[in-house]
Amino acid sequence: MQVTINGKQYDFDKGTTVLKACSEIGLDIPTLCNDERLVPSGSCRLCQVEIEGWGKLHTACTTQVREGMVIHTHSDRVIKARQDLLDMLISNHPLECLTCEKSGACKLQDYCYEYGITEGTYRWEMSKPYFDDTNPFYTFDARKCILCGLCVRVCDELQGTNAIGFENRGFDTQVATPFGEGLENSTCVSCGNCVSVCPVGALEPKSKKKFRHWETRTVRTTCSYCGVGCQMDLKIKGNEIVEVQPAFDAHNEGLLCVKGKFSYNFLSHPDRLKKPMVRKDGVLVETGWDEALDVITSKMKEVKKEFGSDAFAGLTSARCTNEDNYMFQKLFRSTLGTNNVDHCARL
Amino acid sequence: MTNSIQEIKNADTIFIIGSNTSENHPVIAAIMKQAKRAGAKMIVADPRRIEMAEYADVFLQLKPGTNIALLNGLMHVIIEKGLQDENYIKERTENYEELKELVKGYTPERVSEICGVDPEYIIKAAEIYGEAPKAGIYYTMGITQHTTGTHAVMSISNLALLCGNVGVESAGVNPLRGQNNVQGACDMGGLPADLPGYQKVFKPEVLDKFQDSWGSKLSNKVGLTITEMFKAIEEDQVKFLYIMGENPMVSDPDTNHVEHVLDHVDFLVVQDIFLTETASMADVVLPAAAFAEKDGTFTNTERRIQRVRRAVEAPGEAKADWMILMDIMNRMGDETRYSHPARIMAEIVSLTPSYGGVSYKRLEKESLQWPVPNENHPGTKYLHKAAIARGRGLFMPAEHVASAEITNDEYPLILTTGRILYHYHTMTMTGREEGLNKLAPHSYVEINETTANKLGIEDGDMVKLYSRRGEVQTTALVTDIIDDGVVFMPFHYSEGKANILTNSAIDEIAKIPELKVAAVRIEKA
Repeated sequence: MQVTINGKQYDFDKGTTVLKACSEIGLDIPTLCNDERLVPSGSCRLCQVEIEGWGKLHTACTTQVREGMVIHTHSDRVIKARQDLLDMLISNHPLECLTCEKSGACKLQDYCYEYGITEGTYRWEMSKPYFDDTNPFYTFDARKCILCGLCVRVCDELQGTNAIGFENRGFDTQVATPFGEGLENSTCVSCGNCVSVCPVGALEPKSKKKFRHWETRTVRTTCSYCGVGCQMDLKIKGNEIVEVQPAFDAHNEGLLCVKGKFSYNFLSHPDRLKKPMVRKDGVLVETGWDEALDVITSKMKEVKKEFGSDAFAGLTSARCTNEDNYMFQKLFRSTLGTNNVDHCARL
Repeated sequence: MTNSIQEIKNADTIFIIGSNTSENHPVIAAIMKQAKRAGAKMIVADPRRIEMAEYADVFLQLKPGTNIALLNGLMHVIIEKGLQDENYIKERTENYEELKELVKGYTPERVSEICGVDPEYIIKAAEIYGEAPKAGIYYTMGITQHTTGTHAVMSISNLALLCGNVGVESAGVNPLRGQNNVQGACDMGGLPADLPGYQKVFKPEVLDKFQDSWGSKLSNKVGLTITEMFKAIEEDQVKFLYIMGENPMVSDPDTNHVEHVLDHVDFLVVQDIFLTETASMADVVLPAAAFAEKDGTFTNTERRIQRVRRAVEAPGEAKADWMILMDIMNRMGDETRYSHPARIMAEIVSLTPSYGGVSYKRLEKESLQWPVPNENHPGTKYLHKAAIARGRGLFMPAEHVASAEITNDEYPLILTTGRILYHYHTMTMTGREEGLNKLAPHSYVEINETTANKLGIEDGDMVKLYSRRGEVQTTALVTDIIDDGVVFMPFHYSEGKANILTNSAIDEIAKIPELKVAAVRIEKA
């Protein structure tokens, strides 16, 4: 389909939304409620564009391209409309960016900066404060919520849990659990898939460590729990993981579970083994690598000499890497000369 | 899995059997729910009314240990109604007549008696599976952890072949694997008969290839499985046991026996990230780096090889497992050094045809599903596409056989075990997460209201469970998601440990223990 965007002609497939078309040609259209995995809702209205001959402005996420369409994404009229929307949002949003954990990764903050909104000009009563910290892994601060609906839609359309929904109407609308019983008493399974998509600081992980997003670096890896192998990005400050975000461009499509998303603190737990240990007089005592490996290899030589290769047996690990497992069976087969290698595949 | 996770979205029918998907593979469960929402039909068979049952078109609440009878019953109805794929059977399978003959005896009425499932439901489930153009079967340990586990897997394969669901997109036979790299550990030769890539140790040409590469003399004698190792330790045949990243003191059946074995072995080395119940019995404990502290690869349940990347430093002197193993090999006279896991992968690739096209360079940009025979191959989304790998799909009919341990007056209840969402395996990691402990603080046993009432047990009571192997004390959770006469315990906890009770009787083919059926008695503590 031939479409003109900001004076240039492009060709798009039928069924492409205007938002998708813009992103395909590298145009950055602001949006707070769009998620390609979900049915478009058009609720934040920030992505609205001007289409010649169509009268009022239209949300790009809910409009499909049509033959001959002439679109303006950054006309004065569009910019003014977006500024008005951001003004309304920020008028009902606590300006706590100094202390807000989301600062630096907040889309509302970014768009206000981009569109030059410094403060809200609407002076009225703010939304009713409501803070739910009953879930062990994340908090919900209704004051910061912009009602984009991403959390509700992800919980419903992708996770299928339906723990949260919208309550009340108009200005009193809030994201809530049924009967106001709080997250603790809801059907929430703490997957955190809502937290991962919240564009502002309304849904925040309970982090053990204080950090600013700009202080972190990101490492893509594979989750170490079940066999689904979800891809995720570890956010690291110094030598510690401070947050986990699911990968959106992998087979888990931006989803994780409670273990993948939140359960990484075991890594820095004080109980971690830090030194080799050798049993002396019936008690395990810490020692250096040299001594520990000497004890092992001298025992290996002794057993091999006295009882032969099949006196060795080894359990390798479904928790370790392919390379670790390869080395383990190579040690047993090649160095020790036995095929007595197995692991807990059956458990 | 013969097929891929993303293919679930386009399945016409999803048949979940012996898998508590939403608790054990939550992200796969989410994708299944998405498929259901988009119009797929769902059949769930499980002894407990698990969350996925709420989404099912038919829920078959079968008695533990009766999977084969149920699967045969489904095939009986499918054949009776003519829903089998005759063309597929003719062109791509063999031994159909024998299957047809065997399932003749499994009428819905007879199966209903064995499984405790309404015959109407069996018929409805058979229709839903049989009528679907693309139906995928998804299973886990509820199928395999029985003395008849291998035959139950064969029965699943029979059902899939009968309706032409193998080698087809969004269908297939799909075991959902429980541990992050259990697929990879098998692929890498962590099995007593298999060198990397399932190349058999007893084949001379295989042995020659590895001997040439490794420059050592290898044994062509099939090694011992875990269960056999334990027996060999008791008989003083095995003197030296090396356990890396495993905790059999919690994960294996019949804990008292495991403890005896680990106590008895002459020398025990344990390599782990914490001082586990097993590590605390060792002669030498070696501190290992965890997943975020090392480079490497994991292979997931859909055969997808993916990178693991070092993100933080390991604590203290802890080292990556491969490094520790290399140091030991070097001290034992094998001089081979690897500068990085990428070098180890290069060696794996050179010896393992199914990993032939894998390299760290490619894995930087993509993940690869094996078989990936060469560097230009894109990997394999689903298996048996052009033809069944062995030529023709072989029907392997199997009769229902009762579990090794059946209930009697002394032990009148069936105990079945499993995992829960908030913990992982032996809790080495999750047991140290405050939030998870808050949500799932302690061991419990699920008891049906009627059973509880008969025994005078109320929700929250402390109860004692006895089996032929031992006793445990735990908390009663009275519920209607489980049938009268069946109880369920999560096996994670070391206090109130389910595996003190479980039976170590094994499937003779796969050597898998019958963790899903044990006879027990419950009393108020």
